[in-house]
Amino acid sequence: MSSIHAAPAVPEKMTWAGGSKPLNASYGKLMMWFFLLSDTFSFSALLITYGTIRYSQKAWEGAHEAFFFSTGHWPIPEEVFAAMPFYHGHAPLVFVGIMTFILIFSSVTMVLAVEAGHRNDRAAVEKWMLWTIVGGFTFLGSQAWEWSHFIAGPHDLALAAKDALGNPIEGANLTRNPYGPPAFADLFFFITGFHGTHVFSGVILNILIFFNTATGLYQRRGHYEMVEKVGLYWHFVDLVWVFVFTFFYLV
Amino acid sequence: MATATLHAHDVHEHEHEHHELGFVRKYIFSEDHKTIAKQYLITGIIWAFFGGALSIIFRLQLGFPDLNLDWLKPVLGQWIVEGKLEKEFYLALVTMHGTIMVFFVLTAGLSGTFSNFLIPLQIGARDMASGFLNMLSYWFFFLSSVIMFCSLFLETGPASGGWVIYPPLSALPQAMPGSGLGMTMWLTSMTFFIVSSLMGGINYISTVINLRTRGMSFTKMPLTIWAFFLTAVLGLLSFPVLLSAALLLIFDRSFGTSFYLSEIYIGGEALPNVGGSAILYQHLFWFLGHPEVYIVLLPALGITSEVIATNARKPIFGYRAMIGSMMGITVLAFIVWAHHMFVTGMNPFLGSVFMLLTLIIAVPSAVKSFNYITTLWKGNIIFTPAMLFSIGLVSLFISGGVTGIILGNSALDINLHDTYFVVAHFHLVMGAASFFGLMAGVYHWFPKMFGKMMNPTLGYIHFWATFVGVYCVFFPMHYIGIAGFPRRYYSFTALANNAAESFVDMNMFISIAAILTFSSQIVFVINFFGSMFKGKTAPQNPWNSTTLEWTTPVVPGHGNWEGEIPAVYRWPYDYSKPGSAVDFIPQNVPFSATPESNLPEENEEIANEKEIESLLDSQNAVYNI
Repeated sequence: MSSIHAAPAVPEKMTWAGGSKPLNASYGKLMMWFFLLSDTFSFSALLITYGTIRYSQKAWEGAHEAFFFSTGHWPIPEEVFAAMPFYHGHAPLVFVGIMTFILIFSSVTMVLAVEAGHRNDRAAVEKWMLWTIVGGFTFLGSQAWEWSHFIAGPHDLALAAKDALGNPIEGANLTRNPYGPPAFADLFFFITGFHGTHVFSGVILNILIFFNTATGLYQRRGHYEMVEKVGLYWHFVDLVWVFVFTFFYLV
Repeated sequence: MATATLHAHDVHEHEHEHHELGFVRKYIFSEDHKTIAKQYLITGIIWAFFGGALSIIFRLQLGFPDLNLDWLKPVLGQWIVEGKLEKEFYLALVTMHGTIMVFFVLTAGLSGTFSNFLIPLQIGARDMASGFLNMLSYWFFFLSSVIMFCSLFLETGPASGGWVIYPPLSALPQAMPGSGLGMTMWLTSMTFFIVSSLMGGINYISTVINLRTRGMSFTKMPLTIWAFFLTAVLGLLSFPVLLSAALLLIFDRSFGTSFYLSEIYIGGEALPNVGGSAILYQHLFWFLGHPEVYIVLLPALGITSEVIATNARKPIFGYRAMIGSMMGITVLAFIVWAHHMFVTGMNPFLGSVFMLLTLIIAVPSAVKSFNYITTLWKGNIIFTPAMLFSIGLVSLFISGGVTGIILGNSALDINLHDTYFVVAHFHLVMGAASFFGLMAGVYHWFPKMFGKMMNPTLGYIHFWATFVGVYCVFFPMHYIGIAGFPRRYYSFTALANNAAESFVDMNMFISIAAILTFSSQIVFVINFFGSMFKGKTAPQNPWNSTTLEWTTPVVPGHGNWEGEIPAVYRWPYDYSKPGSAVDFIPQNVPFSATPESNLPEENEEIANEKEIESLLDSQNAVYNI
């Protein structure tokens, strides 16, 4: 245990009697928790928006094999996200699965960094933070690829999808897309973008933490609590991705 | 952590090293909660002046539609056309009046001021958990204020779609002049405001949890702190939803998405947007919008509890019931939002669910009202200006609350929706009541804030003018609403049964009352700023109050207490205790020192006093990180 936890013991019945930290957490950690609670509500609002709009639109009711892209009905997500870099076949949800795995794996390396911090092991914190940063950047890079692929759209699709006037829709943007109703791409860009922004700020924070660890700031301070606080944020961003993934790709 | 290092174990040693901060760090970018509170208060007062002035301008239009307003040309310029108020500008006025009053005056000015000022002082803390974040919170609010203020001077006018900024009006820049740059600036400003309120909120909550002095358990906390704590929780969970709603709206406005837009014709031409839902925005907005009502009101209710108990020289009636009802209000606040949307074509069954939940709020509200009245009952009442404003709050809370029961019924609301009845209702129950709470707080804690007493005579004049004025403005509005006058209308030329003519006198009366009430606030401004410089020096405990802030020096320095922070042994409402020679026993007086007035169960508490004192090391350790 680092020195931050070395406060004098408080009898159990006095836990909430003032003069101590009743939840055994520093104010900084509490603030992070409450911020995350708040952010949960902003993401919930967006996912509720997704649900409301999606269920007000027509779903595809035919057989899966007969599915075709049209602005008239909501697309089946695994038909949309079926591409992979360096592979030309049909690989539904494989790439996004790999992305998810990378992000979750970066959470594991973050846990290891926090654990190393508890042991005051500077070198190990550096190592695991670096892996977490690599994981974060890989996720962001994959997302960039997925976005650009989504925006460009597959070649044959552009010919298949027609707008109201019968013109083919080439490429997805915020006003129209070849996969389905405009709301599909609107929500995709907005919600994965909002999440991606969170991941991006998480990576920035991770780099900051890595830098402070490498320069020995936390060693001089005697504890690595900042790693824990940023770790909480990183896990949260992961958890949110699980929900975004479920809503956008699985349901 | 800066405060932590400043207040290590032995404060005395540190006082020698304690060097004076420069002007900028002391008064502008200050991390001291007391300075930040004063910054919030003064910004709030300035905003209140502007918000009030806007309402006077549109009251002139409503009360005196034929008046020549050319004399306002030097101020309003092109918004006066041939002696008349521009129609679009009327909408901008009501929008900005609402926005300013709800967010900038009664959220930031009330909760920002008193949460910052009282939380550390009343729970016995050196400062907020994070002084830096607290400073940042004020300056984000300031930035948001500056943007909103600038939008008042745009050529196309500030946002004009009502303070609720419903799409499609707000989402289509071409819909009206105010939906252009003014709306963009409104959304930018509110985004910063939400960031500010988030930083304030997490700070208040963490401070209350972690920095209570030894002995200050949650059941010994003053009701003010309970109110601020629950207010912070409300803001923490509801403002992010507004943030999401606003971001989606920004995308609809500027980037061509259709989250809220569907099948709209404008100027005879169809817009390409399909698939969105304007009602969705209303759901998201009111998920913040309704808790916001309680974000505004709860601090005022907390302040009132404190002021009424102190000046009735009686323990607050039903301390735990007060806490329970505030918790009830907090929970219910989140599940009643759709009562603002009864006329949106909502499923009547869903409407009846929201109606039921809404009417349940009457229960905790009534508990609070009765508790205030029973606290006053047979009290040894001292009518200070703060006490008068608190009693005024109770009166307004009841008068406005009763009409809430009427409006909460979906069947009645269909008739009254968006009429002046609604305007009258919420101005009494949330607008004026919260304003009275703000005033009670200022009069009561002014001595602690500035070390000076305010002039009570000016306070009495201010109170009576405001109290009578507020009722004269808002009581007749109920009749106007029942007569069918819709709110946000520039003029009433097409009402049935010649209603517009029959109510000319009443509208005129309301406008005159509004002008007089607004003018009487000058008495307050003179008193406030005059007393700050020329007031009598305050004694340490001017109201003979029991709470911890009155144990600090008359003008508390950085860190609030010289030497150790006092421990707390009793609840904050030991007024006129039988057996005691004095009529108040502060929270930091142990039971062992007052055997003559202890109740049997309090004698048992004496055994715990050593344990409470033994928490000193642990308490100091919190500051030694």
